[in-house]
Amino acid sequence: MHQDDLKTLTIENARNLLDSREITSLELTESYIKRIENTETDINAFVTISKESAINDAKNADILIDSGEQNLLTGIPLQLKDNLCTRGIRTTCSSKMLENFIPPYDAFVTEALKNQGAVILGKGNLDEFAMGSSTENSAFQTTKNPFDITRVPGGSSGGPAASVSASQCLFSLGSDTGGSIRQPASLCGVVGLKPTYGRVSRFGLIAFASSLDQIGPITHTVKDSAMVLQNIAGFDSKDSTSLNVPVPNYLETIDKGIKGFKIGVPKEYFQEGINPEVEKIIRDSLKVLENLGAEITEISLPLTSYALAVYYIIAPSEASANLTRYDGVKYGFNYIESENMWDGIEKTRQFGFGDEVKRRILLGTYALSSGYYDAFYLKAQKVRTLIRKEFEDAFCDFDVLAMPTSPSTAFKLNEKMDDPMQMYLNDIFTIPANIAGIPSISIPAGMNNNLPVGLQMMSGALQEEKLFQAAYAFEQATEWHKIKPKL
Amino acid sequence: MNNKYETVIGLEVHSQLLTNSKMFCGCGSDYQKAEPNSRVCPVCMGMPGVLPVVNRKAVELIIKTGLAIGCSINGETKFDRKNYSYPDLMKGYQISQFDLPVAINGNLNISLNGNEKTIGVTRVHLEEDVARLIHKNEPNGTSHSLIDINRAGVPLMEIVSEPDMRSPEEANEYLIQLHSIVRSIKASTANMEEGSFRCDANISMRLKGTTELGTKVEIKNVNSFRSVFRALQFEQNRQINLLEIGEQIIQETRGWSDESEKTVSQRIKEFAADYRYFPEPDLPPIIISKQWVDQIKSTITELPAEKIQRFIKSFQLSEYDSSLLISNDIIATFFEDTVNECKNLGLNYESSAKTCANLLNVDLSRILNEKQLQISDLNTDYGDFSILIKMISEDTLNSTMAKTVFENMLLLGKSPIEIADNLGLTQISDTDSLEQIISEILSQNSPAVQDYLEGKETAIRFLIGQVMKETKGKANPKIATEIIISQIKKS
Ligand SMILES: [Zn+2]
Repeated sequence: MHQDDLKTLTIENARNLLDSREITSLELTESYIKRIENTETDINAFVTISKESAINDAKNADILIDSGEQNLLTGIPLQLKDNLCTRGIRTTCSSKMLENFIPPYDAFVTEALKNQGAVILGKGNLDEFAMGSSTENSAFQTTKNPFDITRVPGGSSGGPAASVSASQCLFSLGSDTGGSIRQPASLCGVVGLKPTYGRVSRFGLIAFASSLDQIGPITHTVKDSAMVLQNIAGFDSKDSTSLNVPVPNYLETIDKGIKGFKIGVPKEYFQEGINPEVEKIIRDSLKVLENLGAEITEISLPLTSYALAVYYIIAPSEASANLTRYDGVKYGFNYIESENMWDGIEKTRQFGFGDEVKRRILLGTYALSSGYYDAFYLKAQKVRTLIRKEFEDAFCDFDVLAMPTSPSTAFKLNEKMDDPMQMYLNDIFTIPANIAGIPSISIPAGMNNNLPVGLQMMSGALQEEKLFQAAYAFEQATEWHKIKPKL
Repeated sequence: MNNKYETVIGLEVHSQLLTNSKMFCGCGSDYQKAEPNSRVCPVCMGMPGVLPVVNRKAVELIIKTGLAIGCSINGETKFDRKNYSYPDLMKGYQISQFDLPVAINGNLNISLNGNEKTIGVTRVHLEEDVARLIHKNEPNGTSHSLIDINRAGVPLMEIVSEPDMRSPEEANEYLIQLHSIVRSIKASTANMEEGSFRCDANISMRLKGTTELGTKVEIKNVNSFRSVFRALQFEQNRQINLLEIGEQIIQETRGWSDESEKTVSQRIKEFAADYRYFPEPDLPPIIISKQWVDQIKSTITELPAEKIQRFIKSFQLSEYDSSLLISNDIIATFFEDTVNECKNLGLNYESSAKTCANLLNVDLSRILNEKQLQISDLNTDYGDFSILIKMISEDTLNSTMAKTVFENMLLLGKSPIEIADNLGLTQISDTDSLEQIISEILSQNSPAVQDYLEGKETAIRFLIGQVMKETKGKANPKIATEIIISQIKKS
């Protein structure tokens, strides 16, 4: 398949081409590998390219398709964020600590995709242990934004978003703890979905903040997003926080339109240093939704402003415990020239973790310390309950809420690396959905100085079909998702 | 002991729960006998990205234990992460329970020298065990540690008492009671040698009449009742001696050495360890419904203390005999079945119980010891056993014969009648055959008969001895005596 044809390819039409035998999965996979080889020097989206196993996967997929046993994702080439465990393929979290870690097990999502006969091209770059908003915290490489390679792709799923944006794969799976799927999707002009907490099993997702982490798809279109979620969602007995609720058929309801949809627009998402150009694009998008028959109402969610503070207590606290296991004793990086065991553990962590990871471990350890626990962690949990309640109340009156995904478009490489607070503010509009555990999607909604702008929508817990319905209606009415980087 | 002081002791017991699999994964929990690192998986090895799943059986066993010691069961319980770093802790945190344990506010009755006392139980909670570290010193002076992860993630219950015990003797009695309860409800094997029942003790001293607690010393991981008792005795004396010369007790952890019979300082606690507990985000709280508790309650049969009382009352046995019998479930059941069957056979209830208890408490344990067998290896058919009791009570067997038949029954699994026949071990109580034998003996031993007639009572013993010789010990001595006397009188 020609490289330029890949730029317009979606899972939906690749499925048709594969099923009608106009193309084999092997041909498709080889085209993507070539595309990766051609673009990777500019983009740096992959930590690992698993060429051989991908070709093997593709050949097996072709056998399934030939015998008519294919599913929605059989033979579809994809990428996985490198914090999703893949048996036999190293899984690094973009950390020196796990540089050579090859898991002997698959994540639930990896297994689900393998069972479908999907083709894993490789592993996407991220901020180390998913901590960051620009993917500049990767220990290995800096991923560039395909729309402008002097700019960041966002993060932490910068590799997945850049890779889909640059048409290096048909989709990627990311993880979203405070916006790590939606913010890079917004900055790279692709569709990013963070499902309801518990909708997709976290088994095999290397934990950052266990009560906030959620896996979701990054795709070219809303329909592709629904197709992927359909195949990774559902109960998993290995994840006690996964929800034992049937998965609806998203494709059945996706094109029902939004006539009569009640859309709330919380005014708090239009303050806090939002770029006026971004605000204008979002306001225009709301008009599009209104023209499609939705009822738009401005509302207020006053607790929103506390979400960032809550997040920066809960996430580092959980992370500080989740990351204690990396001590060099059992697997991963090990500082061997140590004087004794404790020195070895200390040096392993000193040299194995990057600055941002250490910063968050320190923050979390502090917040949980005796004497501070009540003032920080406990209080944050209480506010979290209130924020969740505020959203629940809002969804009694509204089908979805709409707002910008990120206050700005992609910023320059290195622009915010010396100012953690500025970096943290990138996630100010995405964090509330993680705090509340509700689903949220970012879709391409405009361009500002040739850089994509994302429209974010949120719905009540387990109401992903409403998000798909609204996002699909918007996508059908606009052309923004068709704008691809020149690369 | 110095009478000025009062000893205050609280105990924390860790007991391995009797589950097939570990607390949060499917690995077998039979770590004791397994090859090192053969009962492991990514979950209990704490590998990246894996998640725990609660073993429901373990929760049930905690609820059961809680109920057995009179605890309230919390309607909602949750897990917390206890954070600390050590190579035996695979995840860098232990999943434990902090502020919502499964069971709280229980109590356990102990009796010491006839005095009853109630010891409060603060809480019973679930947690996971850690890996085993094996330290090796090489001849060249270097050393290293090996890790066996088999034990990591094995479910433990921690039973924390109130500081209600006032002497090492009370502490010992509390441990014996607790041990027997968790064994009897099958919550734990509680095998101390294998480390599945471990005890930490807190001990402090105060002046009699005061209520404020003194500075406490913690004695860690002592693995036998005797060691706990000895360690507490030692520590009690050590602290009193220090106080007597005006020294302060230092708050610290001390270890007990069986060799030197001393406690030795391990770690001085300058400040409390900060475990930074927080709710385990990977495990939602567990709702414990009343139905669930009731269902578990219905599986708790009789507790040891209740059973001893019942045995004393209904079988007229001593407390000593009763507690020996109930210490093993198989034996206790075997005993009860046999005595009931004896009743069906028309035997006297209490005397069959006494005979039965003697055979089980004395002879059975001797046989098990001699042959190095388990009770489960033996034939324990209560029907056979009740016939043996009948044979004893009807004087078909004397006590020596009974022991022989009993042993053969257990080992060979045959009926007592068959065994007695095979070994030719039936007591001759048949008067006709005895009359004939005795008449011959009397005629051959006229001097002895004469002695008896002259009032020498001992002559009768000689004559009985002759009867026994003739019958190879099978004559019923009581009947034989009666016949001898009546024949002499008639002659
Ligand atoms: Zn395991």
